[in-house]
Amino acid sequence: MNSVRRIRPLFTLYLPVMPFVLFALFPLYFMVVTSFKKNAELYDVNSVPFLIKRGVTLGHYQLLSQDTLFWSWFVNSLIVSVAATVISVVIGILAAYPLARLRFPGGDSFGVAIFVTYLVPPSLLFLPLSTVVNRLGLSDSLWALVVTYPTFLVPFCTWLLLGYFRTVPKEIEECAMLDGCSRLQTLVRILLPVAVPGVICAALFAFTLSWNEFLYALVFVSPAELKTMTVGVFSELIRGDIYYWGGLMAGACIGSLPIVVAYVFFLDYYVSGLTAGAVK
Amino acid sequence: MADEDVAKLAARGDAEAARLSDFLVGDTPVAYAFIAPAFFLLLFLVAYPFALSLWFSLSDARVGETGNFVGLDNFARLLRSGIFRQTLQNSIVFTAAALTLKTVLGMALALLLFRLVRFKRLIRGAILLPFIVPTALSTLVWWWMFEPLYSVVNWTLKHLHLVNHDIPWLPDPYLAMFTVILVNTWRGLPFFAITLLAGLVAIPKEMYEAAESDGAGPIGRFWYITVPLLKPVLAVVILFSAIFTLADFNIVYVLTKGGPMNMTHLFATYSFALGLQSGEIGQGAAVSLFLFPILLGVVFVQLRMVRKAATYE
Repeated sequence: MNSVRRIRPLFTLYLPVMPFVLFALFPLYFMVVTSFKKNAELYDVNSVPFLIKRGVTLGHYQLLSQDTLFWSWFVNSLIVSVAATVISVVIGILAAYPLARLRFPGGDSFGVAIFVTYLVPPSLLFLPLSTVVNRLGLSDSLWALVVTYPTFLVPFCTWLLLGYFRTVPKEIEECAMLDGCSRLQTLVRILLPVAVPGVICAALFAFTLSWNEFLYALVFVSPAELKTMTVGVFSELIRGDIYYWGGLMAGACIGSLPIVVAYVFFLDYYVSGLTAGAVK
Repeated sequence: MADEDVAKLAARGDAEAARLSDFLVGDTPVAYAFIAPAFFLLLFLVAYPFALSLWFSLSDARVGETGNFVGLDNFARLLRSGIFRQTLQNSIVFTAAALTLKTVLGMALALLLFRLVRFKRLIRGAILLPFIVPTALSTLVWWWMFEPLYSVVNWTLKHLHLVNHDIPWLPDPYLAMFTVILVNTWRGLPFFAITLLAGLVAIPKEMYEAAESDGAGPIGRFWYITVPLLKPVLAVVILFSAIFTLADFNIVYVLTKGGPMNMTHLFATYSFALGLQSGEIGQGAAVSLFLFPILLGVVFVQLRMVRKAATYE
């Protein structure tokens, strides 16, 4: 009886979960396997595609480093993501504070405006935005992305932080203010230290969304050496009809790596950020 | 120090306390100063482009030309165009199929994840991964998996003797649609599963215990407790995903570029093709504006639900 109870979940729970795990992980596994496989085995229709049987190679990674601007793309992505994240988190903190704590004319409407913008997909505005970027003289520079990414990051950060700030009791802040602290001092010295998890969460998501962004980076920046990771790997590694699948997969692996590493370390923050919008 | 302040507060009269609380929450100049950066960002980089997009859609603007007002000509031309009507149909099929798959599979997965005891974190972590990695890059591996000559999917199907020839996943219009739906489901499923899981966790255990003692079986408990109590979360997740599925660009652009024969074009990819590749900015803007009514509808419903939840609290 006891052993039946212990074995049953194996069939009713862990066995049904396996297809989902396999579905989620197989493409990523296949990405890694392809990136380390020699071309001779890669393009042999008789070899088993799941495994590497004829030796591992770093050739695709070498090709990526030596024959392409891969590391420039990597650095570009890093610069843009860090800059856009810092800007957006700061603006988001400043905007979320009055929305969570103060009563002022137009406050509700501004809250709704933030929420609506949070739901605007980038594909709705990329055409007019490219005109705006042009007129500002920013097209074909990384600034185009640093300036436009906050349009979707700030609403997200504000919305997330607003939720966090509301859960922090405001009595301590009121005491600080009675002691003569200014609003800014209260925000920085009293509220932020308590809301650190919220700030980390906002920063992680902002960084991930910037790093993964594709459409704006594709439209606003065209010189090869200024491209970001996602666009560079996609548009520069495919030359005409010749596909360097090994190189493409190597690029996809390294391009995903920073996000996966951050994810492994901060899994719980990702989960709470993901559900923050929906479960309230 | 804090105690002193509390004492100070308590010592003041009611009128003074009211003035104090007014001082604490009613600092309008500071509120505006704090909001200013976000406000101007939204004004110049969201509201203004949106107005510009409305103007483009009513003009014959091309790349480098401001264009003249042409009224609703762009929309009339689109509705007569075969490619646009195909795009409209594709968008409906794509969104409906992907949303259904994500909802049903996401619900099933959330129920399984909910019951996990061992390896809970590991399995949840693995499940969420497709949502985190850059879509443009992970779609490349799907492209490689469906590559005509070396497709690992075809290899597997042939070795399992399920088929005896290569299936043309991406060159065939209907299979291409199936493929983009599959990849969208792969990427979006974790969001559904993890969010619904959070909803499941929030349901009080007593509800299930009460139903069980009243003789409700597992199916009864699912239909009469889980589903009704999960409805708000389910609605938010589906609405939220509806916008971003309909507005999808990355997956279709990387896998098919809208082809074969425009059979997988969505609003975003067709707007990109018209506005940037053909230079017809007016037409392109009109196409992307078709996303707007859906967005408005979702915003309306979500705000109403948020208000309703607030009044119940």
